[in-house]
Amino acid sequence: MVDSLVAAASVIGAALAVGFAGIGPGIGQGNAAGQAVEGIARQPEAEGKIRGTLLLSFAFMEALTIYGLVVALSLLFANPFVG
Amino acid sequence: MYTFLLSKIEVGSHLYINFTKSAHLHGETIFVSSVVVTLVSLFLFLGTRDLKKVPGTFQNVIEVVYELVKGIAFTQLGPSYYSQFLPFVATIFLFVLGSNWAGALIPWKLIEIPQGELAAPTNDINTTACLAILTSVTYFFAGFKIKGLGYFARYIKPSVFLLPINIIEDFSKPLSLNFRLFGNIVADELTVSVLCSLVPILVPVPVMVLGLFASSIQALIFATLAAAYVAEVIE
Repeated sequence: MVDSLVAAASVIGAALAVGFAGIGPGIGQGNAAGQAVEGIARQPEAEGKIRGTLLLSFAFMEALTIYGLVVALSLLFANPFVG
Repeated sequence: MYTFLLSKIEVGSHLYINFTKSAHLHGETIFVSSVVVTLVSLFLFLGTRDLKKVPGTFQNVIEVVYELVKGIAFTQLGPSYYSQFLPFVATIFLFVLGSNWAGALIPWKLIEIPQGELAAPTNDINTTACLAILTSVTYFFAGFKIKGLGYFARYIKPSVFLLPINIIEDFSKPLSLNFRLFGNIVADELTVSVLCSLVPILVPVPVMVLGLFASSIQALIFATLAAAYVAEVIE
């Protein structure tokens, strides 16, 4: 059976991992979207390129949140300290 | 009060095919990967069979795909080197896109296997790790082929103090590629599974559409980054 201390610590660790991982990329993506909208407003014919670059940048920033999610998932489902 | 199992989510359980006591394969990943490779090869083969100057519908689709992949390679690698690495970029892009969309669109749940479930092969970290290591090996190989032993000069550019950072970067590049793709696909599949187990009607559909969009973006990102790493080494 799972040691209850390990289980409790893993759950709290997983929650903290995902929670804190959402802060930085959230701020970054909001900034990027704001600048992109400003760019489109300034020059509407460059919208295609701006949108392409924006989506590419979103994927990079999203990866940082995903790293936190991977830690959380591995703590919950593939925990090396259990059993 | 009766409780019964409406749906079950299992994460991390695979259909193990055992060779010896320590060597085993993940059966469902290999099966879906083979299906994806067969489908993509068939699609490309049928589309390029008799090429006409005025293309029919199928040839038009293949031409769109080709233009897309050529655009990725051309933008990153430049006009003199893109043709050497175009097959590599195309393989990565089409395999990742094909496996993500096959995992999301084809109703695999209709086939019941004794352990684990059939899903996108990129939700197994071994698949994504293999693609990332392939990218790493390719840019090493590209550096040696095009620059010879002058490849090692790359580690002390632009200054000698960046040598440890460049070495660490050699390890973190495939690691980040790996986890980005794996995390995105697993996160999307888990979200859809959890939503389906809570509200099986209508609510998971927008999340599924978002998953389709995000997974295609991830295929584009993986291919773009692979080409960019090669371009960085070739300079």
